[in-house]
Amino acid sequence: MPKGADHRLTPFMHGYANPARFLRLARTLTAPLLVAGIVIATLALAWGLFDAPAEQLQGDSVRILFIHVPAAWLGMGAWTGIAVASLTELVWRHPLAGIAARAIALPGAVFAALCLITGSLWGRPAWGTWWVWDGRLTSMLVLLFLYLAYIALADAATRDGNDQSRIPAIFGLVGAVNIPIIHYSVLWWNSLHQPPSITMGKSAMAAPFLLGLLAATIGFSLIFGGVVLARMRAILANQQAEARLRRRAMEAVDA
Amino acid sequence: MHEGLNQWTFVFAAYAIGVSATGALVAWSWMAMRRAEARRERSRER
Repeated sequence: MPKGADHRLTPFMHGYANPARFLRLARTLTAPLLVAGIVIATLALAWGLFDAPAEQLQGDSVRILFIHVPAAWLGMGAWTGIAVASLTELVWRHPLAGIAARAIALPGAVFAALCLITGSLWGRPAWGTWWVWDGRLTSMLVLLFLYLAYIALADAATRDGNDQSRIPAIFGLVGAVNIPIIHYSVLWWNSLHQPPSITMGKSAMAAPFLLGLLAATIGFSLIFGGVVLARMRAILANQQAEARLRRRAMEAVDA
Repeated sequence: MHEGLNQWTFVFAAYAIGVSATGALVAWSWMAMRRAEARRERSRER
């Protein structure tokens, strides 16, 4: 990175390195993000379930789109978030980056699992099968396993009292290689899964579906953001409680 | 469409699983946060 860019980035990044300042922002945002996300996602899903038109070829099963696609995007986006946070932790030693990566992992895993389950439920009526071992489905399943491995690694580091361990961060960066594989799998290999309907600036989707999908994605993304903030607050609070208890124990020994 | 399956069964199953999993994720994360913050407050008072 050019030196000038690093100078511009550093004050912004370290502005929220202070946990107290971050916690003030997180306390303000957590509940509003969750409430707004739940309201928007509920409205979008209700519209998708009861009011959206059936599709000409796929019939009513197309309604699964409003839950499957946001789950897929968030499952992939969350690992991208883990990779960016891991890079920030490794390169700039930002104190909250590792906490953010750990907080992202569980919601990322839940959305990756939801993508696989709802995709399977869509595949049975649309393709006549619950599962095929093609590039898209298999690479998405690999992503779920990567999440589970990351969560196990991060938990093991915390249990060993080594919250600063860099191993989960390295794993988070290496695992990011799977994200472009998932994205391009439908173009690289033969697949029952359709190619992307939405690409940069273009959509093959009818306008009502597109708007419903956009609303559902915004709703689930706000929920995701609220959950990540809540989990970051929980990790920070546990760390602070542990530090205080350790300090008290040391003082008691000294006395 | 294959085998005359009722597509609504699959649609309802997908929505039920999606909504339940998201609801459980939100509830669990919120409760874990409240529990951890209460623990921190208790550690301050001791």
